[in-house]
Amino acid sequence: MRTFIKKFSEKFIEGLLMLSSSVTSLTVVLIVFFLFKEGLGVFDKTAVEEGFVIAINKNNSVTELSSEEIKNIYDQKIISWSEVRGKKDSIFLFRLEDISNFYTDEQIGENFELLPLRLSSIVDSFPNIIAFFPEKYLDKNFKGKELHADKVSLSEFFMGEEWFPTAHPSAQLGVKPLILGTLWVSLGAILLALPLGLAAAIYMSEIAKENVRRFMKPLIELLAGIPSVVYGFFGLVIIVPLIQKTFGVAVGETGLAGSIILGIMALPTIITISEDAMRNTPRAMKEASLALGASKWQTIYRVVIPYSISGISAGAILGIGRAIGETMAVLMVTGNAAVIPHSILEPMRTIPATIAAELGEAPYGGLHYKALFALGCILFIITLFINLTVEFVSNRKKFNKH
Amino acid sequence: MYKLESKNANVFYGASQALTDINLAIHSHTVTALIGPSGCGKSTYLRLFNRMNDLIDGIKITGQVLIDGQDIYAKGVNVDALRKKTGMVFQKPNPFPKTIFENVAYGLRVNGITDAKFIEERVETSIKQVVLWDEVKDKLKKSAFELSGGQQQRLCIARALAIQPSIILMDEPTSALDPISTAKVEELIHELKAKYTIVVVTHNMQQAGRISDSTAFFYLGELVEYNTTKEIFTNPKNQRTQNYITGRFG
Repeated sequence: MRTFIKKFSEKFIEGLLMLSSSVTSLTVVLIVFFLFKEGLGVFDKTAVEEGFVIAINKNNSVTELSSEEIKNIYDQKIISWSEVRGKKDSIFLFRLEDISNFYTDEQIGENFELLPLRLSSIVDSFPNIIAFFPEKYLDKNFKGKELHADKVSLSEFFMGEEWFPTAHPSAQLGVKPLILGTLWVSLGAILLALPLGLAAAIYMSEIAKENVRRFMKPLIELLAGIPSVVYGFFGLVIIVPLIQKTFGVAVGETGLAGSIILGIMALPTIITISEDAMRNTPRAMKEASLALGASKWQTIYRVVIPYSISGISAGAILGIGRAIGETMAVLMVTGNAAVIPHSILEPMRTIPATIAAELGEAPYGGLHYKALFALGCILFIITLFINLTVEFVSNRKKFNKH
Repeated sequence: MYKLESKNANVFYGASQALTDINLAIHSHTVTALIGPSGCGKSTYLRLFNRMNDLIDGIKITGQVLIDGQDIYAKGVNVDALRKKTGMVFQKPNPFPKTIFENVAYGLRVNGITDAKFIEERVETSIKQVVLWDEVKDKLKKSAFELSGGQQQRLCIARALAIQPSIILMDEPTSALDPISTAKVEELIHELKAKYTIVVVTHNMQQAGRISDSTAFFYLGELVEYNTTKEIFTNPKNQRTQNYITGRFG
């Protein structure tokens, strides 16, 4: 009986452990599935707002317009049909509110019941017109030509140079500025953090006396525990004005400010991981080097660093990973201008900051909402790639060292 | 003049004394075995000769340690240069995470030698000295970790020989090796005697008997007996020595 109870309880505990691990894995899979389901939905949507139509005169030879062209027409950057594969004729922009220039309120009807008819005849009478109005006002016998907006294309999404998801009548979903902003800020962060972190790791593992190390290590680990909004606040109050003064730029909220803050945030990861790796260098190996007449510094850079290089790279890559995914601090200090950056001293906007800032105002299930999820997918793929690299780098260690 | 000598050498780790008044003199071109139970101070003593003990925090050394009649603990002694005169071989094979060639070239490179041809020649001579050349000549550019334990240990000896020391200090060089590799290393020690002064710390009494000319027995931080190996093993003067070598403790 006792053995039965024992066996049963062991089975029970085993089952419990299995359950919790499978629940965890399942949750992760579900999150990823949800992310990609929503994100890929963006390519099923049109850039023109749902429930609206864009119409032109039936004699106009133009058959399709890209979302960028539509935006440029409404921004009056494109003013002639010849610029969009049409006849040489200036473009006449028509918005719904312009209707009062053509018809009186009586002619439209009290409840707009005559509006579809009127819109139809306006489009019919101007050969160079382009009109943008709600689909419900589209007349059954519409005499113009409806332009069918294409679905958001991959190339438009990845190669488009403008991120303006709320633009009317056609949203601009170029993620290039965001990806570049993310990469610039992260690259700057790692350029700052890597030399500093490596130097600190070398000092702590090889040079510092034991009691100094015992004091410094927890202090550095404490850096990892500071909430990111505090870093952001610190950046906003200290670093942003400093950059503004030092470089004489108009706004201090730049990519550089983000890089500095992210660099500081990546430091604990880089330091602790590479320090651990260096401390794992066998004592005998260091002694062998010293016994051959090598100085302490020669031993460090010829033996300790090569031995721990995989640990050091893992630390650096994880540091980058932290920098790329960080949201709050970056949102607060980078200025968030979604334009393709040309210098680190310009405001930039990163992917996580975009999602955090815009998701609240994106209508559920809409184009903007889906586009933000697609951004999340891109971020996920980048960090997945980084984690795989870490895995690869630390596996390489096993091959080299028995 | 003795090659190696210590006069009233004392070593303290903090409050505890690891070695007490060691007086020992070693002739050049001999093999001296340091034996004794674990913790008797024989490794600490060995490490006095290349000042490896300096790396330990809170160590204090008194008395004199001489190489070629020079006090190596005197003020102004260049420790890196001193260590170049003494090659050291460790308990476990500890090649660097580098190629076989670079392992042997290491000592030359850190001592500022850049002449590629010279380095190449010296590496080849050193590897030949440890009778490893035929086994590794085709894979000099491969990682040293690909060698077997015995080959690695001989590579480590070659690495020590490459800087042309006059003294070789060995800290239980065969304790991590199989019997065949052990035999090879012992044979090597025998051959190297012609050119170098060798001091070997060993746990293995038979090994001490096979390879050494003189033997020093350490016990609890003191030098109990020092004599030719033959005398120590056949006719020990001290009761504790006799008990140890006959296996009654240790």
